[in-house]
Amino acid sequence: MNDRVMRVQDLSVHFKLREGGLLSAKTHTIKAVDGVSFDLDAGETLGIVGESGCGKSTLARALLALIKPNRGRVVWLGEDLNKLDEEDLRKKRQDMQIVFQDPLAALNPRMTVRDIIAEPLWTFYPKMARVQVDERVRGVMKMVGLLPNQINRYPHEFSAGQCQRIGIARALVLNPKLVICDEPVSALDVSIQAQIVNLLKDLQGKLNLSLVFIAHDLSVVKHISDRVMVMYLGRAMELSSRDRLYRQPLHPYTSALIKAVPVPDPKLARAASDTGLTGDMPSPLNPPAGCVFHSRCPYLIERCQVEVPALRRMECGDWVACHRAEELDFTIGKSG
Amino acid sequence: MALLEVKDLDVGFDTPEGEVHAVNQLNFSIEAGDTLALVGESGSGKTQSVMAILGLLAENGHMSGQALFKGKDLLQMSSSELNRHRGSEIAMIFQDPVTSLNPYLRLDKQMTEVLVQHRGLSKADARAKAVEMLRAVHIPDPARIIRQYPHELSGGMRQKVMVAMGLLGEPELLIADEPTAALDVTVQVEVTHLMSALRETTNAAIILISHDLGIVAGICDRVLVMYAGEAVECGSVDQIYYDPKHPYTQGLLNSVPRLDQPDDMELEAIPGNPPNLLNLPVGCKFRDRCPKAFDACTEKPPMQLDEDRHAYRCFLGDTA
Repeated sequence: MNDRVMRVQDLSVHFKLREGGLLSAKTHTIKAVDGVSFDLDAGETLGIVGESGCGKSTLARALLALIKPNRGRVVWLGEDLNKLDEEDLRKKRQDMQIVFQDPLAALNPRMTVRDIIAEPLWTFYPKMARVQVDERVRGVMKMVGLLPNQINRYPHEFSAGQCQRIGIARALVLNPKLVICDEPVSALDVSIQAQIVNLLKDLQGKLNLSLVFIAHDLSVVKHISDRVMVMYLGRAMELSSRDRLYRQPLHPYTSALIKAVPVPDPKLARAASDTGLTGDMPSPLNPPAGCVFHSRCPYLIERCQVEVPALRRMECGDWVACHRAEELDFTIGKSG
Repeated sequence: MALLEVKDLDVGFDTPEGEVHAVNQLNFSIEAGDTLALVGESGSGKTQSVMAILGLLAENGHMSGQALFKGKDLLQMSSSELNRHRGSEIAMIFQDPVTSLNPYLRLDKQMTEVLVQHRGLSKADARAKAVEMLRAVHIPDPARIIRQYPHELSGGMRQKVMVAMGLLGEPELLIADEPTAALDVTVQVEVTHLMSALRETTNAAIILISHDLGIVAGICDRVLVMYAGEAVECGSVDQIYYDPKHPYTQGLLNSVPRLDQPDDMELEAIPGNPPNLLNLPVGCKFRDRCPKAFDACTEKPPMQLDEDRHAYRCFLGDTA
């Protein structure tokens, strides 16, 4: 059996939003994350992909119990995170770290690199000797490709790519088992993106980390993920092994996302077909009834407008939430 | 004659830390009906070069060189002269639709301004034309949408409104600065297709500024690659993608994650970081990150031009 570190069951995070005047106030519910389930093994990378507003960042925060879910559980090494008291949860958080999207905004400009990276150490080991702290900080700096002699510098002295390395170093300093990366490369230039993706992949192998890698585009997660979950308006549309997802996606939305990735090859790009999707993502305030994707789906049938498709396991072992998954074939390279 | 010909353009900014050399001796030209991409990473000077051409530099900016639009130098024009061209003959689509639409004005007011000002249309005619253009960029129910404020639209819709506004004055030159960068992937495709479709009907020239080599591949004729304020390579889209000469262009192409590569392949990253524009290296500016750098690179390589209008700034040329 695999070494399971996390089990997420039916996780839902709903936000309440009040709108209107004093007398006519209405409360809306935004289902930012709705009924998401998955397992994560030690050393495994799960890619989570979806467009803005699909709930991927809320999900990341709920996985770390930074947001309380309305329903469902996050079980970390056998314990339900939301049933722990504050002190126990704090201890568990040592094992679970996060890397944020905007590397500059995530670092305190008034702190030196040492202080930024060492902060988690001071929080969890306040009695640790300064020499030891410094040694550990220099160690992780080297690990992420920063020069240890830059330890006294400030974030503004570094480029965006280097700042993201500082963010990764901070996440690694406590030797976590899980690192959640929330769009860690989307604010970076292409040539630097590749550096960071390669670094994360390399570190994962060396440290046997479990990674949750969140992105808005399927191309970035391909090189690093073992499995990929595609989200739309708070719900999981598909959860497949990487090998299947990029060759034979099961959900029409996954297929559209694959087609939407621009190919840096003029001949292929000119011949590329449209995604087939129409319109924008609907407002999460007012999601479509039935399948949340039906308003943009080219394969819509009547059933999709009334019945919410459950995420179900297909014969191939992968998961999809589509009524028509059996009859539709999105094998890449085939037309249609 | 080229529609726009930029010659020896230099752009700099005075900052408390010293002078920032944003654009250095840039040359390019574009013909009617052509699409030229300016490609490069942040800080490469692609946005500042068009801002200079349009007279939109920040106050601490200065420029020299020439930008001949139909033979007349835009850089020498007073702002009232420029205003006769900007918005009508030359239109710009800015990167961020949230900050470039006026939040206090309904769309009809913002959209019709250019037609009333430059084309002398009546308000009613201008409005009808604006509605028609919104329909052309696939905005559903345009007659209702045009009465709305920018905040009532989604990001994708706002960017489509920007595209519609850019095209409304039927410009001869449309400059689009990362028009799809703020959009979700599925909407990106739609907006780029829209721009190329509309070019075909109006024969406008388009300058597309982008960091995304994937987007550029599908819709451009020529590509100019910039690095640290300089043009490092310029050629037809096929030359740039199938026969890149400059090691930076090669590195950039290799670092794009592609779905058609083997799953486990390592992405090829360009090592190091772009240089500080306050303190540029002498010689080839890409030298420190270049896997093929050798002794000669301490001198600045000249732009070499081969017979097929493929230009590159590298000593290695064909052997790179």
